[in-house]
This record gives sequence, structure tokens and C-alpha cells, in this order.
Amino acid sequence: MRFAVAAGLTAGMALAGCGGGKAGEPMASGSAVTGTITVFAAASLTESFTTIGRRFEVAHPGTTVTFNFAGSSALATQINEGAPADVFAAASPKNMQAVTDAGTPATFVKNQLVIVVAKGNPKGVAGLAGLTRPDLKVALCAEAVPCGAAARTAIEASGVKVTPVTLEQDVKAALSKVKLGEVDAALVYRTDAKASAADVDAVEFPESAKAINDYPIVVLKTAKNPAGARAFVDYVLSSEAATVLTGAGFQAP
Amino acid sequence: MKSARVPVPLLVPAVLGLVFLILPLVGLLARTPWATLFDRLGDPGVVTALRLSLLTSTLATVLCLVLGVPLAWLLARVTFPGRRLVRALITVPLVLPPVVGGIALLLALGRRGLVGQWLDATFGITLPFTTAAVVIAESFVALPFLVIAVEGALRGADSRYEEAAATLGSKRWTTFTHVTLPLVAPGIAAGAVLCWARALGEFGATITFAGNYPGVTQTMPLAVYQTMESGDLEGAVVLSLILLVVSVAILAGLRDRWLTAP
Repeated sequence: MRFAVAAGLTAGMALAGCGGGKAGEPMASGSAVTGTITVFAAASLTESFTTIGRRFEVAHPGTTVTFNFAGSSALATQINEGAPADVFAAASPKNMQAVTDAGTPATFVKNQLVIVVAKGNPKGVAGLAGLTRPDLKVALCAEAVPCGAAARTAIEASGVKVTPVTLEQDVKAALSKVKLGEVDAALVYRTDAKASAADVDAVEFPESAKAINDYPIVVLKTAKNPAGARAFVDYVLSSEAATVLTGAGFQAP
Repeated sequence: MKSARVPVPLLVPAVLGLVFLILPLVGLLARTPWATLFDRLGDPGVVTALRLSLLTSTLATVLCLVLGVPLAWLLARVTFPGRRLVRALITVPLVLPPVVGGIALLLALGRRGLVGQWLDATFGITLPFTTAAVVIAESFVALPFLVIAVEGALRGADSRYEEAAATLGSKRWTTFTHVTLPLVAPGIAAGAVLCWARALGEFGATITFAGNYPGVTQTMPLAVYQTMESGDLEGAVVLSLILLVVSVAILAGLRDRWLTAP
């Protein structure tokens, strides 16, 4: 897999190199997609967007996609403070609305929470109600980040009272506390649990259906590379990218 | 000497350096929402985080004094094999990115860590996500500051007083408490102030090792970060301003007494 990716990158670079060599030729069509496309994306998109980015680079020689993965609220703040981003993909519409220069976003996937526990579920966690046990340490995302907002909605829907020991800044940080064994359970997205299936087990719970997150993506009005950004967003909305995303555990919008 | 002209190649970078240090603080003040400042100051979340910060950084300073002064004395007054190595090891937390320190603390004192595992199995104690973990994280990054300051003071102190005490039959412990400590007290105090300031500003090791929960582990720097992350820039600026005022006030208050440079 790693080799295949490397080969793909090399091919992409070789093609990019050829493109550069033909500089003397008549101009390509004006909508040619080149250059660097900077994508700010929710932490839960880390694995799938990295794959999609590499495939996009192969499909569009001469482009380089760079990512900034973090909690959606942090990304929104960074964009509002003038961070150079072309595309923003958030894990909830609320964080998208916080960005003043967003155009009209398109929803490309949905995601749902699960409880992640250590491999083999040694503490026998069965559902949200199980997280109220005093001998259990639970990590949640901070409420400002979408996974934290969703966790709160789900917990409120269930009527139980969960007291976490820590509020993490993004979903990956919450997941890593379970991987380290420092907490017994965390609420993360199904996709994060799937990406770390070697280290953690996922416990599904019915209340998560009441807290499904829509993931919006948009070309920012301040994009330095609007053509590239448009092409990348179109690619994320394509059936090819959808295969990657559903393979990672996302649901179709 | 005093009236000699300051050479331009020294003056220009010096002024630039000063501007570089002050400009960000001006930026902070420029964005401060003065109109709503006092409403925000009374916010229970702010008070909780500030109280926790002051408590943990003071406890961390006490812990550093208890462990650091004897360590500095050992390095300054006792010749032993591997002393240079020990001195180098003490400076590691100084150059280590604090977040790496936090991961290292987790692997040593976390629930599955080298010592943490034993603590959990034997006493049922788990440190992460407790206020004690905040104190430990702050002490880990602040201790080198104290040791280096105190060791420097000890090396600079006139050792003839200690020798005289020894000649008069004073035991080493008595010499330490009655001669050495009073002699280097200003150095210890300066080290403690540095140590306290470093502990107050600690972020990376704390959020990694102790986690982030209001009232338990969320110190002021963590509160600033979380407020900023949640898109409340104004709130983050207010919290930053409080932290700035508190640290400057305490440093200024102690400066005349302890930190007077000749």
C-alpha cells in the first residue's frame, strides 16, 4: 500500500515535471488546474482526505494538495484570522457558518459517534449508560468541536449523566487517550474507530442516531488558487472519492 | 565610557529586538475588548482557571525548591563520577518541547506507564487527569530553571565561609542550613521566581499529561487555548491579558528585592 502510494506520487511528480518541460508550448486551457491547493479539514477526515489528496494529485498532474487537519472550530478560527486556505471541510455546519468567507457549502458525507474502548473491551462497556460507572474514565471532545457537540446531544438524548475526566481539542486526541490506556472509553466517530481498529474496539449505541453530523465542504472566497480549490471540491463530491469515504466508514449525505 | 556614542551596528538590532518582543503585547492590548472586560473578568470559568493556575504553579515551585536546592548543592559542592552527565541531563527538560515532556510523563507515570502501572496496581493511584498531574507536569519543566539558578549562586558564593564553619567543627548539614542557605538565599529566590513563572505558563506538558477539564486540570494557558479554539477570540484575549498582568505584577513586585541586576 505504502509502495503503491509512493509510486503514485512519483508518477504524479514525473508528469508534473513533463508539464513544466513543455512550458514553451501554446497555453493550455485557461481552467488548467495547477499549483498548491491548501485544504483545511476536520481531524476526522485525516485518513480519507490524505488518500483522496494523493489520488487527486495523480489525476491532476502539476498539483500539490497540502492539508491542515485539526478540530473544526480551531480551523474556523484560523481561517477567520487570515490563514491561507483554499478549501475548508468541517465536521459540522455550525463551524462552517463561523467562517465569514465561506461561499455556499455542499454536504459530502455524514458521520456518527461510537464508543471506543480498549481492544477486547476489558471493562465490558455496552452502551452510554455504562459510561456512568465511577470506575470508568471517559474522554470527550470539547463542546466547541463537532465531536463534542455531537457527544453532548447524544448524551442528553439518552438521559444519562456522563462526567468525563478530560475535554480534548479534537477527535483524534480523544481517541489517542484510549489508545494510550489513560481512559477506558471515549466518544469518537465511527470512522476514527475504524481507522484505529487494530488498537481499539467500537461499541455502537442507539442514541448516536440522534447526533449525526453533516460534513460541509466549500471553496473559500479568499482562496489563492480558486481553480484548484474548485477541482478538489468537485473531486471530493465525485463517486471515486465517495468510495474512499464510505470505505472509511462515512455515510453518504 | 558612558558618554561614548553607541555604535549603530549594535543599536539597530538592539532596538529591533526590543520592538520584536513588545509588538505582540501591543497587538494583544489593541484587540482587548475594554468595554466588556470587567464582565468577562467575573466569569466563573475565568476565576476557576486563574485560581487553579496560581495554586498549581505555587505548589510546583514548592516541590521544585524541596528537590531542586539539594540537587543544585550536590552539583556545586560534591565531586562525583558522572557529574557532568547529571548536569547535562538536568538541562534536557529545558530544551525538550514541553509536549514531548508530556508524552514522556504519560509513558512513565500514566496508567500504563513504567511507574504508573505499579502505582495503579499497588495503591490504586492514577495520576493523569488530576490536579497532582498538573503540578507534576509544571515541576518537570520548571525544575531545571531552579537548579541552574541555585547552582550558579552556589558556585559564585564565597566558599571560605563554609570552610571556616567546617574548621570550627560544624557538621556539613549544619553548615548547609546555617551558612550556605543564608548566603545563597537571593539566588534561591531568583530561581524560585523563574521557576514559578515557567510553571504558570506551562501548556504542552500539562494538556498532554494532565488533560483538560475545568476546575481540575484546566489552567489559564489551557483555558486561553480552548477559548481561542472555540472561536471566541475576544475571550482568549481577555484571558491572555489577565495572565500577562498577573505575571508582570508578580515579577515587578519581586524584582526590586530579588532580581536586581547591577
